[in-house]
Amino acid sequence: MTAGQLPRWVDYGLMPALNVAAAFLVSGLVVLLIGENPVEAVKVLVWGSLGRNEGIGFTLFYATNFIFTGLAVAIAFHAGLFNIGGEGQAYLGGLGVALACLALDRYVPWWVTLPFAVLGAAAFGAAWAFIPAILQAKRGSHVVITTIMFNFIAASLMVYLLVNLLSKRGSMQPETRTFESGGRLPLLQDVLPGTDFGSAPVNFSFLLALAACLLVWIVVWRTRLGYEIRTFGANPVAAVYAGISPLRITVVTMLMSGGLAGMMAINEIMGSQHRLLIEFVSGYGFVGIAVALMGRAHPVGIVFAAVLFGMLYQGGAELAFEMPTITRDMIVVIQGLVILFAGALEHMFRPALLRIFGVLAARPAPAA
Amino acid sequence: MSDQLAIELVGVDKRFGQVHANKDIHLKVRKGSIHGIVGENGAGKSTLMSILYGFYHADSGEIRVDGKPVSIPSSQAAIALGIGMVHQHFMLVENFTVLENVILGAEGGALLAGGVSRARAELKRLAADYDLKVDPDALIEDLPVGLQQRVEILKALFRSADILILDEPTGVLTPAEADHLFRILRVLRDEGKTVLLITHKLREIMAVTDEVSVMRRGEIVATRQTSKTSMGELAELMVGRRVLLEVEKGPPQPGRPVLTVENLTVRDTRGVDVVRNVSLEVRAGEIVGIAGVSGNGQSELLEAIAGIRAVTSGIVTVDGTRVDLARAGTDPAAMRGLGLAHVPEDRHRMGLVTRFPECENAILGYHRDPTYGRGPFLDFDRIRNAAKTEIEKYDIRPADCMLKTANFSGGNQQKIVLAREIERDPVILLVGQPTRGVDIGAIEFIHKRIVALRDAGKGVLLVSVELDEIRALADRVLVMFDGQVVGERAPETAESELGLLMAGASGQEAAE
Ligand SMILES: Nc1ncnc2c1ncn2[C@@H]1O[C@H](COP(=O)(O)OP(=O)(O)OP(=O)(O)O)[C@@H](O)[C@H]1O
Ligand SMILES: [Mg+2]
Repeated sequence: MTAGQLPRWVDYGLMPALNVAAAFLVSGLVVLLIGENPVEAVKVLVWGSLGRNEGIGFTLFYATNFIFTGLAVAIAFHAGLFNIGGEGQAYLGGLGVALACLALDRYVPWWVTLPFAVLGAAAFGAAWAFIPAILQAKRGSHVVITTIMFNFIAASLMVYLLVNLLSKRGSMQPETRTFESGGRLPLLQDVLPGTDFGSAPVNFSFLLALAACLLVWIVVWRTRLGYEIRTFGANPVAAVYAGISPLRITVVTMLMSGGLAGMMAINEIMGSQHRLLIEFVSGYGFVGIAVALMGRAHPVGIVFAAVLFGMLYQGGAELAFEMPTITRDMIVVIQGLVILFAGALEHMFRPALLRIFGVLAARPAPAA
Repeated sequence: MSDQLAIELVGVDKRFGQVHANKDIHLKVRKGSIHGIVGENGAGKSTLMSILYGFYHADSGEIRVDGKPVSIPSSQAAIALGIGMVHQHFMLVENFTVLENVILGAEGGALLAGGVSRARAELKRLAADYDLKVDPDALIEDLPVGLQQRVEILKALFRSADILILDEPTGVLTPAEADHLFRILRVLRDEGKTVLLITHKLREIMAVTDEVSVMRRGEIVATRQTSKTSMGELAELMVGRRVLLEVEKGPPQPGRPVLTVENLTVRDTRGVDVVRNVSLEVRAGEIVGIAGVSGNGQSELLEAIAGIRAVTSGIVTVDGTRVDLARAGTDPAAMRGLGLAHVPEDRHRMGLVTRFPECENAILGYHRDPTYGRGPFLDFDRIRNAAKTEIEKYDIRPADCMLKTANFSGGNQQKIVLAREIERDPVILLVGQPTRGVDIGAIEFIHKRIVALRDAGKGVLLVSVELDEIRALADRVLVMFDGQVVGERAPETAESELGLLMAGASGQEAAE
């Protein structure tokens, strides 16, 4: 029996907003506890992330990472799969990007390199998701476990590659050489005339991320494959009845998921760092889980959630700078609270909202 | 039966968007009586019971329990008022024991031990008082549905329910299990409990209730004393017209075989052969019925033929194409491609994705069909149009193809599956329990559609635990027992003989 229904705008708008508000409220208390003014802190955070062009640029730069890793988690969700290996898949995606850039950057302009880099990112990320997918589909090893383990394997593998094979000759740094202009994406302000993001690294990848959102929406809701993915995710028994192969859907979805996670490296490696370096993923893959949860696994929601987390990253950095008592760790606490309220306690306000809206006649919401 | 009222509803009203599910309901349920509620699919029966049980909140109106006005904001509140509910789809934890399920949510303290021993004693008492025997240490997943339902009743009684609501409790039961349930209900009534019983089977209403209310399109149109009404009158009140309780069909004209099954054997995960060396044939233009007590391999047989379930051996020929099922592996899409359609027994588990809007379920299994879009894309305009046609033809209510399937009433969900499979104009239709949970008006319609399919020269393989349905529809009856086909009979064969065969008696014993 269904527990009752909420109007769509409540489900997709009001509830996430309430969750975030609750997270900020608790964060405010924490800030108060360490003797700072929470209102001031919020001001700094918002101003730092949205107040100036450069702040916005940084926010969007981080958001780009979150969009890719969020989409990766979301598409797997639709098939009922919980891919928490975005971290490792993105890391490997970086290798694909770097190989394309290292091979081409001296000979061709960036827009020739880009398709190869995208292909490399997606292919390497997908490949890293392939083994867990096969293991789940054929042997029933749960992807939650295997993808986590693959994160560790990815970390070790990349250290090995960077230290032993890819680093510059004679250098002790575990990183590749810096790409020439053919391996660098233009900044967003250079592509979109009239915009100015100061020294922020937000680049062409942001547009790629938006394109990926559209693509994911089309695949999930407008194609036969997407229909099969959603059927399998919602009712695996009905999927088998409908002639949908669990093996095929598990593998195909995980490949797409891994590919999307890998795409994150385009932004970091080709868009900002211009070289492959150690631990560049630094948690973006994991935060993607929170972004997907908060965005209700819908591309539009993911964009909003990604921007919110981008704000937290950028505004948080600003905050740590302006209010020295609020350390980096405090920022992590706040981010953690948002993840807690938006992700784990996602439905905390549901009963209350149901009571409020149960009185009003709720129009049934189609699930499409 | 006393004159005191256990429940009184005064002007209860409930809307879901444009659907007016309950209109100004006035209902009086006497204390210590069994009160039946009948009505078409989507008439609002389950909604009304959900309001009583605190799942939904009425938009307006008053509920009185034992004469006192109450508000029931949640199921906890309902339980506190002594109202218990046995759901159509059981809400049990499959890998818990009976005892654990009974105390779930009513453990009585942080430590389990005290609650458990108290519960054990209480269960013993309930079992003795109401003839509700279940092994408290059995795992739910090992129990047949009839016993699972008993656990649901025990759960309610354990929470000291005085009023028991049962929503279509007999849909999944064998006739013997249903009889036992009714015995239990009578004992409960005699002990002073009040029972509200929803069912589509008028015969059950006549057999067990004291009073019966008829709902139509959200309203209560009549309440009768059961002893002063008849099945015919109730049927007419429900549907608003005379209903044919008999199926009209001419003699069959069997043609070429459209489905042949040879030596089909299915082994389940525990290593037990649930279908054993079954061979059968269905010709174009005939309906072959498979009678049997549920759980004797019928569902597995249908699933194996449809390519859903792996087999150890078996060859199936559909419309001239031979498929070695053991070699080909499970491939339902291929079987569909040969012109085989399948209405699975369990619509929730297999036939529908309840989270999808109706129109997406109207293409389940046929989503690769070129008519629904170009290349890899789906064309939702076309899908919606196709769905609307089916909704109209099968009178699926509400006529809204974008409504989430879970929000359709049980019988209307069944019609969604039937429409999808029958309208595909298959060469051979496999159909399990076509009218489970469906109202009598719709049964009449569904039976007509199945006969029409036959008359159009298609084959139908029908599985049903309702012997009446088999006898009414089938041109030949196969009886299944313990995974085997134990006999073939004409549909006119005496019910007692079929019954004996179904119970495992040998052919000769049965004929005597
Ligand atoms: N949560 C919901 N949202 C929207 N409509 C609903 C919801 N629940 C029920 N309905 C609609 O309310 C009407 C009454 O449904 P209800 O389930 O009460 O019927 P019912 O009498 O139990 O039918 P059945 O015999 O088929 O079980 C139906 O039209 C149904 O589609
Ligand atoms: Mg119902």
